[in-house]
Amino acid sequence: MNNGAVLTVSDLRVYYDTDAGTVKAVDGVSFDLRPGERLGLVGESGSGKSTMALALMRLHKPPARIAGGEVLLDGVGDVMKLDDDGLRRIRLDRLALVPQGAMNSLNPVMRIRDQLADGIRTHEPGDTRDDLAERIQAQLARVGLDAEVGGKFPHELSGGMKQRVAIAIGTSLSPSVIIADEPTSALDVVVQRQVMETLRSVQEELGASVLIVGHDMGLMAQIADRMGVMYAGKLVELAPVHDLFTNPQHPYTRLLIESVPTLMAKRALASIPGAPPTLINVPPGCPFHPRCPSAFEPCDSEVPLPTAQNGRVVSCHLYPGEAA
Amino acid sequence: MTAFLEMTNVSKVFSAGIIRRQHTVAVDDVTMTIDEQSPSILAVAGESGSGKTTLARLLLGVIPPSSGEVIYRGQSVDDLSRAQRRTYLREIQPIFQDPFESYNPFYKVDHVLTVPAKKFDLAASREQTMRLIEEALDMVGLQPAETLGRFPHQLSGGQRQRVMVARAMLLRPRLIVADEPVSMVDASLRATILESIRRMKQELGISVVYITHDLTTAYQIADNILVMYKGSVVEAGSVEQVIRDPKHPYTQLLVSSIPQPDPSLPWGAEGEIAGDPESMEVAATGCKFVDRCPVAFEPCSGQRPPLYHEHPSRAAACFQYDGSPALEGQNLDVVFEPQLTSQAAGGSQEPAAN
Ligand SMILES: Nc1ncnc2c1ncn2[C@@H]1O[C@H](COP(=O)(O)OP(=O)(O)OP(=O)(O)O)[C@@H](O)[C@H]1O
Ligand SMILES: Nc1ncnc2c1ncn2[C@@H]1O[C@H](COP(=O)(O)OP(=O)(O)OP(=O)(O)O)[C@@H](O)[C@H]1O
Ligand code: SF4
Ligand code: SF4
Ligand SMILES: [Mg+2]
Ligand SMILES: [Mg+2]
Repeated sequence: MNNGAVLTVSDLRVYYDTDAGTVKAVDGVSFDLRPGERLGLVGESGSGKSTMALALMRLHKPPARIAGGEVLLDGVGDVMKLDDDGLRRIRLDRLALVPQGAMNSLNPVMRIRDQLADGIRTHEPGDTRDDLAERIQAQLARVGLDAEVGGKFPHELSGGMKQRVAIAIGTSLSPSVIIADEPTSALDVVVQRQVMETLRSVQEELGASVLIVGHDMGLMAQIADRMGVMYAGKLVELAPVHDLFTNPQHPYTRLLIESVPTLMAKRALASIPGAPPTLINVPPGCPFHPRCPSAFEPCDSEVPLPTAQNGRVVSCHLYPGEAA
Repeated sequence: MTAFLEMTNVSKVFSAGIIRRQHTVAVDDVTMTIDEQSPSILAVAGESGSGKTTLARLLLGVIPPSSGEVIYRGQSVDDLSRAQRRTYLREIQPIFQDPFESYNPFYKVDHVLTVPAKKFDLAASREQTMRLIEEALDMVGLQPAETLGRFPHQLSGGQRQRVMVARAMLLRPRLIVADEPVSMVDASLRATILESIRRMKQELGISVVYITHDLTTAYQIADNILVMYKGSVVEAGSVEQVIRDPKHPYTQLLVSSIPQPDPSLPWGAEGEIAGDPESMEVAATGCKFVDRCPVAFEPCSGQRPPLYHEHPSRAAACFQYDGSPALEGQNLDVVFEPQLTSQAAGGSQEPAAN
């Protein structure tokens, strides 16, 4: 399939094999990432977002395994089928990941500048020392950090500064796809805005596409072009950001948006009744049916398939239609 | 009557760099009281690197202040006897910012729950311990069967974060110091966890220091808020006053930068944000915000502005309000609600039944 997308994910399945059973963390997810777009991915905690982010780059670790599906990277082919050498080549300079909690995966005994240099050197061993120093400085500046931060160790930086270093490392080789897992959840709103502005300008400069995983619905509303919503290993809705917020179709999306507090009135925080499902024993039919206020006859037995609904994709029996 | 926990003129300075020694004033002269009689939720906001976590670590006794004192039940935390320290360590429970660092990867997550339960003799039997643990997990929306017996890396970020909240609840402390406890969970769970924190205050009388970047949830669950900038408290008071009607230019910037969950609204005020937000370099004198302040005027670079008490439940460290009296001894208690002194002294106010 060639639809002009940079990344086309089809029916991706990522399972964890555990003593207690198989955790179906990503269970048949399909979407495409368009050139230059910012796709936001939100959803239930534990619904498989990080697992998918890692799996898209084949960075998942056992007991996780790819149980099916493909991830077509434009000009490369199915990432799921690449050999180690092929993978090494595309990581960082085609596909880059800023992992969840990246700020804590910095090496505690290495200065920031050396950690930045590492990534650049493995891919472009030809750089001279001066070139390298200049690039590191530019990388730091790109995420709004002083050059002197390069000489520091991670423990000397605040959480927010470390997170920006992680973003600098992730984008150091000008990738065409940036996957960022909660890139700003440790940052204050002012810095968050600056980092997002930077990410946006870097992205526009490179013509890169970004997949942003996060929980901050406000941030998503401001930054994303389109948004995907995950629940229990499935992508339940995918829509242009404006449509999603003004007219959510899937009941989970609607309740999720309703649970976002505002500064308007002080009231008890609303949450979705019922417990999140276990991904070992996903409820039959629609995984949301035990909590869904609109559940009806087919919901507890038939799995709703994704259908196309003018410009969006929804997986819910309320919206029968053409298969997406 | 002695207060539960007090900070008197507490500062913390970090020194780094061997050749060019740099001093970072991570917490700069904070004075406040956390009272037991009238439990409250205090939000602590401020930019990354402004000293929020350092403030939490000072309250928890993890690091000693460089100057000033942290006083637990009338006694400096430095001088506690072993027995007192043990009670102190149980009565004040942390929920750390980072759900990744708080775990030992080689132990199952059960470990973070059973060890404190044993250490502080919470239960008479193993069964009772398990019941308490399951109750606590339940309160944060985790299924015990799905959580216990797993290693930390087998849980999602949000699941790990909630185990830490459950751990703090388990110990029935008097004060919980929660550093970004819900930054990595979805909006619905965020509501569940924050509501359970609010219930802890209402039903169990536990006070909470809630460190967060999320001013919206701070507004929803906190009574009071303290806004930090480069180690200093720049504004403090009730959330109604500070978040709905911020007075310090930094708080105003912060509030206007909240991303609204509505794609048709702009994000923040128009224009660039001036200055380098996270450099901790500050002039020795003058307002720490002067290089970024859109309304800086003549006195601003001369002196440090004190906290001006410009509203009964709000104080702002900004020369625009120098017509108001400065807070006595920089003590924040007078702007926080409920008012400790007036209630205790007058005795006229019955606690509201709800
Ligand atoms: N190594 C593992 N072994 C078994 N199960 C795992 C493992 N890692 C993750 N899981 C499970 O897989 C599911 C998906 O986890 P994942 O981290 O992808 O969720 P997430 O959507 O990123 O959540 P969050 O928003 O909380 O970060 C969770 O239910 C989690 O418990
Ligand atoms: N152990 C340390 N050694 C040296 N400097 C430190 C140390 N701990 C913190 N600092 C510095 O003190 C300042 C305050 O850090 P702190 O972690 O308290 O900020 P924060 O407000 O919690 O930030 P964030 O919102 O990013 O978590 C920062 O400039 C940081 O670099
Ligand atoms: S398929 Fe049924 S249960 Fe599932 S979200 Fe739609 S209406 Fe609710
Ligand atoms: S004291 Fe002056 S520089 Fe500081 S915030 Fe107020 S007006 Fe701005
Ligand atoms: Mg995750
Ligand atoms: Mg912190």
